[in-house]
Amino acid sequence: MVLQKVVIVGATSAIAYEAAKCMAARGAELFLVGRNPEKLETVAADLQVRGAQRIETFVLDVNDVARHQEMLDAAVAAFGWLDGLLIAHGTLGDQHKCELSVEETLREFQTNALSVIALLTLAANYFEQRGRGCIAVLSSVAGDRGRPSNYVYGAAKGAVSLFLQGLRARLARHGVAVVTIKPGLVDTPMTAHLRKGLLFASARRVGRGVYRAMQQGRPVVYLPGYWRLVMLIIRLIPERVFQRLSL
Amino acid sequence: MLSTQAIPQSWGRYPRVKPARVVPIYWRDQLPDLRTLPGPLLAYGYGRSYGDSCLNENGTVLVTSHLRRFLAFDEEQGLLRCEAGVSLAEVLDLIVPRGWFLPVSPGTKFVSVGGAIANDIHGKNHHKAGTFGCHVTRFELLRSNGERLVCSPTENRELFEATIGGLGLTGLILWAEFRLKRIHNPYIDMERIRYDSLEEFMELCAESDEQYEYTVAWVDCLASGSKLGRGIFMRGNHNQSPDYARKPLPRKLPLAVPVDLPSFTLNTLTLKIFNTLYDHSQLQKRVFKVIPYEPFFYPLDSIHDWNRMYGPRGFFQYQCVVPYDQGYDVMKEILQRISRSGQGSFLAVLKKFGDVRSPGLLSFPRPGLTLALDFANQGPKTLRLFDELDALVRESGGALYPAKDARMHGEDFKRFFPRWQEFMRYVDPKFSSSFWRRMALVPSREQSATVEV
Repeated sequence: MVLQKVVIVGATSAIAYEAAKCMAARGAELFLVGRNPEKLETVAADLQVRGAQRIETFVLDVNDVARHQEMLDAAVAAFGWLDGLLIAHGTLGDQHKCELSVEETLREFQTNALSVIALLTLAANYFEQRGRGCIAVLSSVAGDRGRPSNYVYGAAKGAVSLFLQGLRARLARHGVAVVTIKPGLVDTPMTAHLRKGLLFASARRVGRGVYRAMQQGRPVVYLPGYWRLVMLIIRLIPERVFQRLSL
Repeated sequence: MLSTQAIPQSWGRYPRVKPARVVPIYWRDQLPDLRTLPGPLLAYGYGRSYGDSCLNENGTVLVTSHLRRFLAFDEEQGLLRCEAGVSLAEVLDLIVPRGWFLPVSPGTKFVSVGGAIANDIHGKNHHKAGTFGCHVTRFELLRSNGERLVCSPTENRELFEATIGGLGLTGLILWAEFRLKRIHNPYIDMERIRYDSLEEFMELCAESDEQYEYTVAWVDCLASGSKLGRGIFMRGNHNQSPDYARKPLPRKLPLAVPVDLPSFTLNTLTLKIFNTLYDHSQLQKRVFKVIPYEPFFYPLDSIHDWNRMYGPRGFFQYQCVVPYDQGYDVMKEILQRISRSGQGSFLAVLKKFGDVRSPGLLSFPRPGLTLALDFANQGPKTLRLFDELDALVRESGGALYPAKDARMHGEDFKRFFPRWQEFMRYVDPKFSSSFWRRMALVPSREQSATVEV
């Protein structure tokens, strides 16, 4: 799969940045979308040094759904066409706060699910019409089964995974790959507050995996790969037993 | 490999101490407020310092390994600017395909740029190029009062000089800019010469220093008597042939030591076998080869976490320098003591430093012979040997390398680094390390009064 002209949403997130490094090293043109202009510039300068042929930045809060079309149009106008879209933004909200606040729960859902689905709706039409390309989205292993410790985040990611599954089947007929990426525990600013155990992978390893999955146009990728097995086992645990586990 | 460990350790895995807090730093525009963070503070990159200079027991460790972005690369001038947590491995990946190389390469590429400055690292080309600090053009330093200062030979010069080799005690380096060296291709013309005595080593140095960019020797530390100091002398230059520019570099899968090996793995017997094998693996006196830069500069980097071979008790590295005038005799005596003790390591490196001066106040390299070797931690027995060696180093007017140290005495530090009082004026009041507290230096009143800023 050619990944010459790519839009990266949530480009300052650790995993997206690592994937972008792989693309930059091969001389890609990158359209970086993020909320914080300073961070975007930092990442843009780095990717430029690493060999990106061209970098454009676009400041956007993804929850500002009304501006999604404007952003995509700007990217197409800048590059002529797009080969790929990587959606990598997200927040790991506080589950306990969500339980106490409808507002908090809906905000988490807005950022992690609705904004992604909104963007995918527009992007899907672009790529369908173009008849090629790759859409990759960072979902999560947390979306594979609802757990008491983070089911709000998990439900949002689960919604995204299911949406992507349908979209994949729709766009496959049009030569567009839709890649669902399910990272496990990754050492990033998002997990800075968590204790790092053996199961934590580096953002670099996961980011490279994202790039490879996009290149190969794979359907569903667990990163690192052993999470496929871990999640298979977790999904197979009967509900009554699952309720008693503290996961 | 490069991911942040839960508990920052040093490469020698001794001493095993814990910081009270580990604070990762992700963005230069979102720095933690050092004024409110509980001290003492210390930056930590990839933990490649051997002893306790990168440790901060009960303090706050500022992890810089996420601060690893490039800022600018002037490919015409060979000037690179990057964040302090960028590893030299990443720098090489970027610059080598574009015809540039590090001005100075240490024995491992898994160190951060910030660490390279803080320890003013050296390499096989010290006799030509000096230390890493000689090639640093500027950097930005964050002080605990919140000040951010760009330091260079012309701007905040005193802090610039104190920070080079300053063991991370002058504040947190955020980014740095340094000069690179032009190369034609990633290959090295290498010559390996078996030599049988320390005399011969000295002759080889004299013969090679002028015409070879890189020189170093691997010494068999267990050899004694007439064979004392025997080893393999390596010298090399960057290959200049355009043919090699097109030759792709071989990609080897790295090996790793996945678990701690028991401490007895590296006993005298295995050392002896290793050393003998190494010495006889090349029956010819001289071998000439064109090899990729990685095995030439970083032979041990191909075995990840090789420090685990020393087991859970960890190990020491002892690196000293003795001045030229007495270098030969003192080095002979040092090698004899090590040989007699039977505690030597399989990695003993001997190198002649040159006289290129570093801007750093506490820089370790100085004209003379430097020897570096590992010692499995065998407790008091090993420490006693070091004390013996210290006396020799002290008498010769030499020094020990803080980046490798976990046990030198504060009194000796003062002798080894005569500008320490001057240095202390630039130490950030809130920064410290386990090493620094171990040194427990107190400047004398008269002396500090005589040195004016």
